[in-house]
Order: sequence, then structure tokens, then C-alpha cells
Amino acid sequence: MKQLSTKVTSNAHGQDSSYFLGWEEYEKNPYNEIKNPNGIIQMGLAENQLCFDLIETWLAKNPDAAGLKKDGQSIFKELALFQDYHGLPEFKKALAEFMEEIRGNRVTFDPSKIVLAAGSTSANETLMFCLAEPGDAFLLPTPYYPGFDRDLKWRTGAEIVPIHCSSSNGFQITESALQQAYQQAQKLDLKVKGVLVTNPSNPLGTMLTRREINLLVDFISSKNIHLISDEIYSGTVFGFEQFVSVMDVLKDKNLENSEVSKRVHVVYSLSKDLGLPGFRVGAIYSNDEMVVSAATKMSSFGLVSSQTQYLLSALLSDKKFTSTYLNENQKRLKIRQKQLVSGLEAAGVTCLKSNAGLFCWVDMRHLLDTNTFEAELQLWKKIVYEVKLNISPGSSCHCTEPGWFRVCFANMSEDTLHLAMKRFKQYVESTDSKRMISKSSHERIKSLRKRTVSNWVFRVSWTDRVPDER
Amino acid sequence: MGLPAKNKGAILSKIATNDQHGENSEYFDGWKAYDKDPFHLSRNPHGIIQMGLAENQLCLDLIKDWVMENPEASICTLEGVHQFSDIANFQDYHGLKKFRQAIAHFMGKARGGKVTFDPERVVMSGGATGANETIMFCLADPGDVFLIPSPYYAAFDRDLRWRTGVEIIPVPCSSSNNFKLTVEAVDWAYKKAQESNKKVKGLILTNPSNPLGTMLDKDTLTNLVRFVTRKNIHLVVDEIYAATVFAGGDFVSVAEVVNDVDISEVNVDLIHIVYSLSKDMGLPGFRVGIVYSYNDSVVSCARKMSSFGLVSSQTQLMLASMLSDDRFVENFLMESSRRLGIRHKVFTTGLKKADISCLTSNAGLFAWMDLRHLLRDRNSFESEIELWHIIIDKVKLNVSPGSSFRCTEPGWFRVCFANMDDDTLHVALGRIQDFVSKNNNKIVEKASENDQVIQNNNAKKQNWRQSNLRLSFRRLYEDGLSSPGIMSPHSPLLRA
Repeated sequence: MKQLSTKVTSNAHGQDSSYFLGWEEYEKNPYNEIKNPNGIIQMGLAENQLCFDLIETWLAKNPDAAGLKKDGQSIFKELALFQDYHGLPEFKKALAEFMEEIRGNRVTFDPSKIVLAAGSTSANETLMFCLAEPGDAFLLPTPYYPGFDRDLKWRTGAEIVPIHCSSSNGFQITESALQQAYQQAQKLDLKVKGVLVTNPSNPLGTMLTRREINLLVDFISSKNIHLISDEIYSGTVFGFEQFVSVMDVLKDKNLENSEVSKRVHVVYSLSKDLGLPGFRVGAIYSNDEMVVSAATKMSSFGLVSSQTQYLLSALLSDKKFTSTYLNENQKRLKIRQKQLVSGLEAAGVTCLKSNAGLFCWVDMRHLLDTNTFEAELQLWKKIVYEVKLNISPGSSCHCTEPGWFRVCFANMSEDTLHLAMKRFKQYVESTDSKRMISKSSHERIKSLRKRTVSNWVFRVSWTDRVPDER
Repeated sequence: MGLPAKNKGAILSKIATNDQHGENSEYFDGWKAYDKDPFHLSRNPHGIIQMGLAENQLCLDLIKDWVMENPEASICTLEGVHQFSDIANFQDYHGLKKFRQAIAHFMGKARGGKVTFDPERVVMSGGATGANETIMFCLADPGDVFLIPSPYYAAFDRDLRWRTGVEIIPVPCSSSNNFKLTVEAVDWAYKKAQESNKKVKGLILTNPSNPLGTMLDKDTLTNLVRFVTRKNIHLVVDEIYAATVFAGGDFVSVAEVVNDVDISEVNVDLIHIVYSLSKDMGLPGFRVGIVYSYNDSVVSCARKMSSFGLVSSQTQLMLASMLSDDRFVENFLMESSRRLGIRHKVFTTGLKKADISCLTSNAGLFAWMDLRHLLRDRNSFESEIELWHIIIDKVKLNVSPGSSFRCTEPGWFRVCFANMDDDTLHVALGRIQDFVSKNNNKIVEKASENDQVIQNNNAKKQNWRQSNLRLSFRRLYEDGLSSPGIMSPHSPLLRA
């Protein structure tokens, strides 16, 4: 008799993917400015390390929250014993208001519809348990966050069917791609229970346009299925364009208390906006009472530590802090992203134009030997082992076109970023010169032209995206 | 306006819409009644006293003092804030090394230093709730079976089965041998399950036991380890109450057995421990659950699954520091045991004054109270529920009826004694004693009138007090107490 469960022996946890292998390589040889200056620089980790100083300053000014006190009295005992899966009311209220603030206070979030979870990892899995049977499918636009393979499928038995997006239109979701994915699921005999999108997108760093969200809402409405909008990066928007949440669209379409709105669920977390992944704070927001009820019970398997809830309720209730933080966070992210983009441009490499997230979606198609995923993997290995940068290959994000890479910029100091860009530029130049020597002049011109053409084509297609309808 | 309920059900999963979470059981009804009318010494002295919650509130002062004296263990204080960014950023599912080491160290100390634990096998989870579910996901597929001695912790129905699809089959234990678990009983249940073509993957038990408060002796535990090895099934021991042992009790962890037994008799790949700091330290709010397995594949898998319920890094840091402080830990364990012992003695002695006895135990945060003599009908669970309603309604105590733990004999109740201060405990005991004596007095006057009734009861003739007491409860039944069912109106839990 098989001794362990099939979950142990399957690799549905997805950890054999290159996304995680790169991490392993980094762990073996991590860059450190002083101790290991030739180590691998971690650019595969979407962390936000830019604003800790703001939180640390707040802590210094708020000794009560820091010392687990309320109005000067210790509440240690109350917190130590507090395991109510409804969560600390003051925390949920503060979280709801923070989510509203991120959306310009255009929409409201009812704290009683919030379910806390141990990070969005747990929130997403919990939603799957609530909405899908084993064998049911959710449609996800590609490329998507590699961790979804584990979070959505592993223990739930649910399936993911991709909605193929391509660089021809900046990876936007189209109606035909949606329909195609739905039909594909049917061909595979999978019952589609919903669509899950990450907005702003990981790994693209772009925001869904209003048109795309409208399309999605119409789609789920007609098919009578769910829409999960993972808005974990909603507070990392740094461009001029405003973030459009699915909640905005529901409001604008007057669907706020409709049947459809009960099938729209938002996932959130403080891991990216506030840079606190260690605290394991995730949330599900749903208009469906039954979902809230079931998810609340399930949160028993991953409640948020009460001391963390208390600290964050104090932090997020301080409106002066939250508005300063959100502003400053956006400013710093914008500067840092620009540094990455220009550093890459200096190496003749462009990115998908983006204004959110903690990473860029980098176009290295012209650096591939062949237009294949094997070539992508080869290039990736060179970048990890020779250039000593851990970046994430597009294939690990289920991208359908080889040559795209996600590169993170907010999880290191400026100096480290500059060093990374320097290394990268050196690599590209040395590869170029190798190519120059080995190819004929005819081919040389052809390859130069190809790079220029692809940039030009890219810029043309980009004008389709900007500016967006309000 | 909306879709009909039937359709609505199809839109959500079966898991979301069934009641396999078990929250409709009486176990939670008592909580709901308490929530409506909670006792408070000054603000609501006639409210219901919560004795259904197995919390350890006896030593939080020691922990609080330590926290105050060690500000560097917090990432928020002046002394500790320099660690803030590293800790806030830390989401590695291996956990802080210092944390794993401290947990392994504490686990050893909590078992009297008789065994050591390997930090590399310590895997985090969302409380023992998360740990138990995770271990099921690792060891069993939907439809597989785990055997579990009853009575058992009511929420196991949710933790072990709900999302995993695993089936649990009880191994009933009875008062005839003080609810002791025997290998024979497990073997019998195992055979029976096999005869019904069920795939038994293992045995799971809580030791020290919830709700019994008793511990397995070394021989039995050793024989259980030998048994699972012979049958090639798993043994999961939830040792969440390991350090709640008092009054000279000697806890034997399965880790000790693994150490001591002959290597040919134990397949360590089958042995797994679940642990938590919620009971031993009284920190359920901090959500510290541990999966400790001797099986490398299980460690690896459970670790990946821990992503779904990691311990907050803020909490990891604090506890890493606290549990590495040997002086604190040794004093804490000693003092906790001492206070629990006193509390247990006061409580059980107080109960004896009301002629109520408990199963002999020296661990846990509760007593397994024998109220069989108070049942209207000794063989009826309906009687048990009626009695339970009287206890909540008239005596105003929330206790947990044995049926909610799947006990096969009516009349047993789990009563918690460590989740309140001394004054509240005395109030509770006073209420019990008052109630019992008041009803006895009434009955003495009417004894002659009710002779016929007494004769018709299954009263022990030699104990007139017991029979009169039962009669008093019978009187209450006749006083138009509401029928068995949910006592409280819709609780906030249901409205959630």
C-alpha cells in the first residue's frame, strides 16, 4: 500500500520549476556587498524593501502599539488568548479603510466581509476550496505568478486553464482569448468555475485596463462563474494612471448589490504594499455570505498572529501614516523602476511599459539563440551562473512566448541595482561582440535591424494601451 | 431576486456548503450561549461561566514579565527595532533557524529532558489546527481512513476531515477500564475497517488526552508503536498538552519510545508528532503549530505546505528568544505544573463536596466529570443533552457534553478549570455545590411522595443522596425545560 498521500509524491506544488530553482542557486551563493561581492544578486524575489524606515519611524513614535499596550495598559494577556477566527475587529476595520484609501476612497469595503488569512497564499487556496471541486478549473491569463500552481491546485485538486496573452498587444486579455480558454477547458472536460486575475499583474507590472475588467465582468456574468481579483499589488501603482479595481467597475456598472457582485471576490495582502511578507497577513473580500462564512471557518488553518493584528491595526488606523506611506512608497518605487529600465536600456534591452508592481517584464527575445523555450532556459542559466543575477524566466510564469523575463527592482539597495545593471550590460556587450565576430556582416546588420525593429514594433503596439479610458 | 438556494449551492463547492466543518455541534452551542451572557466578576456576576474552553491562563503573568524584561525580543521596541526590516521581510518557510532551535529545545525540556528533538524536523503550521490538517494531507488521500480513540477533541472532525476528505473511525474507549486505550481495541477497529474494505492509513491520538486528561503509559505506547509498524500504518501523536502534566504525573512522549524501543520493532517513517504552544504556554493567539516527523518525505512535504500557515516572523523572533532562555523555561514549566496541580485539586475537591467525581487524571486543562448518576436515563444521550441544558441554564456553567467528543457512554462532561482566575473558579464551585444541596433539601421533604419514582429509577439503593439528586433533576426536566436543540438563538458564528 502506498505509504504517503499522492500530494507528497506529486510535484503539483510546482517547486521543481525554474522559478524556485533560481532561488536555490541564490541561496547557495548569495550576494553580499562586503562578504560576497561576487555572489548572485537576487532579482527573482518580488519584495518591497524600500519603505521600512517609514514603519520604523512610526514604531518609535508609537510605544503603546509597540509594547502591546492600549491606553497605557498592557493587553498582552488578551492578545495571547485571542484566537477568534473573526479577527480583531479594529484590525479588519483598519484594513478595510486602507484598501479604500488605496482606491482613492472611490469604493467602500465592509469589514464584516473581510476574512483574514495567512498571507494571500492561504487566501487564494481557501477561495479555491470554497469555489471549486477537485477537477474544476479556473482560467488564468498568462503569464501568471508561478506560485499559483501550488496555491490554487496542489491540495485543492483544482485545475488551471491558461488564457493566452501575447506581446502583440502588450499581453492584454482579449475576448477571443477568454473564449478560447473556456472552450479549451470544455474540450478537456473540465468544469470552469471562474477566472482569476492578478491586478496589477504579476509578472507584467501592468494594470488591467477598464476595458479588460469590463470584459471579465461581462464574461463571468454570462457564464455564471466567479471572478477572483488578486489585488495584492494595488498599493504599488506609481504611474500617472489611476488603479482601477474590479470594485470600481462594479460600482460604475451599477452592479454593486447584484447577483454578479456575489461572484466577484478580491484577494489582498500586506506583503507587497507594506513590504511585510513575514507577518503573513492576507485577506479575502467577498460579497457572498456563504463564501465569507465558509472561508472564515477555514481561516482556522491559518489565522493571523494576534500580536501582528494588533500592531497593524494601530499602524493602519493612523491615517496620517497611511497617506504619507502610500505617497512615499509610490515615489520611491517609481524612481527605482526607472533606474532598472534605464539600466536595461543601456544594454539595448527594453521592458514592457509598466507602472505598478515590484518588477519589470523584460524583453530578451533578441538575446535568444533560437525562438524556443530551450534557448530561454539556456539564456537564463547563463544569467544566473555567469552574470550572477537570479531573474525569473517567462516559462516559469507560463508565458507562451520565449524570451521574456521578470526582473525585480524593489528588493535591494540602489547600489546593488547599479551593480546588477553593470554586470548585465557587460554580459550583453560581450555576447554582442561574440556574435559580431562569429556572424557575417550581412547577418550582423540583420540582427541589429531585428533588435531595432522589435523595439519599433513594440512602441507602436504600446500606443494601443495608453492613454486609458477613465 | 437571487438564484434559488439549490443553484447557489452548485456555484460554491461542496466543502463550502456542507456542514463537515462540524460547527453545528453542541460543542459550539455552549459557546454561543456563553457569548450571549458571559460571566464577569463585577460587571455580570450572574452570567454564564465559561468552562468549555481549554485555555491555560494560569501563567501568562510569567510570560508577560519576560516580555517586559526583554524588549530586544520584540521588533517594535527601541531595543529591538533594528531587526524590524529583516524580520518583516522574512517569509522563508523553513522558519527562523533560531526559532526552530528554540522550539526543538523547548519540546525536549517540556518532556523532562528525556528526549532531544532535531530542529531540522521542526515544521511550522497555523496552530495545531493547521498541523493536524497538514499531516492528514501528507499521509492520506480522500477516502482513506484514520483511526482515532474516542472520546476525542470535537474539532478533529473539521481539522482532519473537512478539506482533506479523510475519514475518521473511532476506537471507542469506555469507563469500564477508565477509558484506557488498548492495542486490542485498536486492532479490533483496524480489522473491522478492513473488513468494510476501508483503507486504514494510520492511527491518530492526543496524548495527554483531550478530553480525558489522562496519559498513555509507556508499555501501551510502545505496543502501539510496534502495532503500527507491523501493520505498516502511521501513528500521529498530538502532544499539545505535553507540558500540562501535574501532581507527579509522568508523561511519556512517543519520541521517548522511538528512542528506547528496538530498532527492528519500529519503522520511524511512520511516526509523527503534532505540537503547539497554545496549551502548554497559553498562547493560542500567536498561532504556533508544529509538525514534527521522523519521515524525511513528510518533513519536506509538510514544509512546502506550511506556506499556507506560517508563523508570523514577529512571533517567531519573540519566541525564539523566550524559549532559548533556559532560566525562564525551567521556572515556567515548574511553576505551570505547580499551579495546574493546585487548580486541579481545588476543583476536584470542590466537586467531591457535591458528590461529583472525575476520572483520575494528572494532565490537561480540564477534568472528565462523571454525571451519570444525574441522568434521567443512564442509557440515553438525550438525557445527557437535557442535563447539559440544565447545567447551562440553571447552574449557569458552560461545560462540554461527552457526546460532543463522541463518547459512547452518556453522562460524562469535560469541564475546564485553567481558563479563569481563582475567584471565578470558586464562584463556579459554589454554584455547583449550592445547586446540588438546594435540590437535595427540596427532595428530602418530598422523598416520601416520590418513593414510587425513586423505585422506578436505576438509582443505586445504597446511595440515597444520588437518587435524590437525580430526582431533583427529573423535577427540573418536568419544570418545562426546553427540548433538546439549540438553546441560543442564532449566534454571531452562524451569521458570519
